[in-house]
Amino acid sequence: MLGRLRQIGRGRAVLAALLMGIAGALFALALSWRPAIAPITPPSPGSFTPEQVARGAVLAKIGDCAVCHTRDNGRPLAGGRPLATPFGTLYSDNLTPDPETGIGTWSAAAFRRAMKDGVSRTGEHLYPALPYEHFTHVRDADLDALYAFLMMRRPVHEAAPANRLIFPLGFRPLLAGWKLLFLHHGETPTDSSRSAEWNRGAYLVEGLGHCGGCHTPRNLAGGEIRSQAYAGGIAEGWRAPPLNAANPAARKWTQEALVTYLRTGISPDHSAAAGPMGPVVDSLSQVPESEVRAIAAYIVSKMGGSPSGPVAPLPDHAEAAASRFPEGAVLFAGACAGCHGQGAPMMGQGRPLLSLATALRDTEPNSAAQAILQGIEPPVAGRGPKMPGFADALTDRQIAAVLGYARARYTDRPDWKKLPAAVAKARKEGTQP
Amino acid sequence: MTLSITVNGKRHRVDASPETPLLYVLRNDLGLNGAKYGCGLGQCGACTVQLDGKAVFSCITPISAVGDRPVRTVEGLGTVERMSPLQQAFRDEQAAQCGYCIAGMIMRAQALLDADPHPDEASIRAHMQTNLCRCGTHMRILRAIRRVAGIANNGAAA
Repeated sequence: MLGRLRQIGRGRAVLAALLMGIAGALFALALSWRPAIAPITPPSPGSFTPEQVARGAVLAKIGDCAVCHTRDNGRPLAGGRPLATPFGTLYSDNLTPDPETGIGTWSAAAFRRAMKDGVSRTGEHLYPALPYEHFTHVRDADLDALYAFLMMRRPVHEAAPANRLIFPLGFRPLLAGWKLLFLHHGETPTDSSRSAEWNRGAYLVEGLGHCGGCHTPRNLAGGEIRSQAYAGGIAEGWRAPPLNAANPAARKWTQEALVTYLRTGISPDHSAAAGPMGPVVDSLSQVPESEVRAIAAYIVSKMGGSPSGPVAPLPDHAEAAASRFPEGAVLFAGACAGCHGQGAPMMGQGRPLLSLATALRDTEPNSAAQAILQGIEPPVAGRGPKMPGFADALTDRQIAAVLGYARARYTDRPDWKKLPAAVAKARKEGTQP
Repeated sequence: MTLSITVNGKRHRVDASPETPLLYVLRNDLGLNGAKYGCGLGQCGACTVQLDGKAVFSCITPISAVGDRPVRTVEGLGTVERMSPLQQAFRDEQAAQCGYCIAGMIMRAQALLDADPHPDEASIRAHMQTNLCRCGTHMRILRAIRRVAGIANNGAAA
């Protein structure tokens, strides 16, 4: 009898827990619900001023919209590019004003909501591959200019393929929880003790430029770790180096050097932009220099201001490195020295010494490994530094030997650990979609 | 030092210092003059051969990196009397002008066709992007590759 009573009691408790669970889920679902915003007929060219559209074009470059929202051999901004994430593959949306497959029926209010809150016109939560945790800081006037620019593109009728995500992330209401943790609204604060240029830079870098999207490390939920802002992150298997005091550059970045780098893809006393930084440089080469100067002023201040004191000599420990990494030395002589060696034709053109290469001085070997595997493509209109990739010529073990040697020869930093495994991982990450 | 490498299915022992580019060994030691010296910097593709089935720049591949991986050069594809389908297509499309880049072009294209006998136009162009022809016969080279890939060549010959 007592046992039966207990059974009933347990049954009731389970039922109550179940009901509470369902109620909680419904409550959460209700909280995550967002209304649709009524569709519009695509705006006519007369809806915007030419100045607004032109300003939007510059802002779109600073925001690098077309980099993610254009597939290989695709029409600009028509989406469909696969974006590999630790949670599966996302396909970027079509940003042209096609009413069916693009944003043709989006009002300016719907566009602003997408950028600030990560919600589509129909009320669906958008994945944070769209960096709305940065775009939320962009002022409405700039969002409206961006909207004007996008709505004045030629519509392209092209639907993005369906996302392929791990269970249960296909269920978008879950993103409301992610936003509670990682989406912080509000304008970028103004620092009145700094110049107007610096504050402009802060606005661009923290907002549209979304530099932290790659240069800030992310936690397991894919959110940027705010306490480690600009401490360095990972982008498509490359390292986005730290942009704070831990920046590993051999020569401290100055505003001038950074402007040159961001607009041409190379700085004579640093190295060349490679991997995912290439498209960023391509975009910044096309915006007014004053905007890039502002971005550089802000980033340089994060790295700890201008250089001071005597310039340290650059390391080149050829013999010591060769005795510790004999195989690496031989491979370097045959595969690398034709360009990077003393007296090589490339060095005669004033290209930076490997002792200046940030990738060799970084705490992680990722970018140096990717540069050897994939090579470097000239970032701006096919001009600039080009390095052939060695993925098919050298094995993982051989690339590890070259990395060990180059690190020992051209830096004073400690050896990278477990290099063959790091190269194998870099090769895998570099060949994802 | 003495190293041994396998080229076109034949094992060779060569006396060379370990950093010597594979290209020099092929041309100077083995007399295989198909692959050409262009820039010596991996920027033009005239030296392209296959290493373990993949197209590589032999001018920046040290001989000691080859190891046991098989090397294949244009001499391993066919002869003047018995051309391979790709060599025949290059001849039929008159893809060579001065001819200096052609061995490299053929070996790079063959690596793609071996991995995927029917690549599409975009794959062909992306794959061939690293090899340059200073005479400008790229359009004929593409026609030759399309012929073997089974893609129809429309319009007048370039």
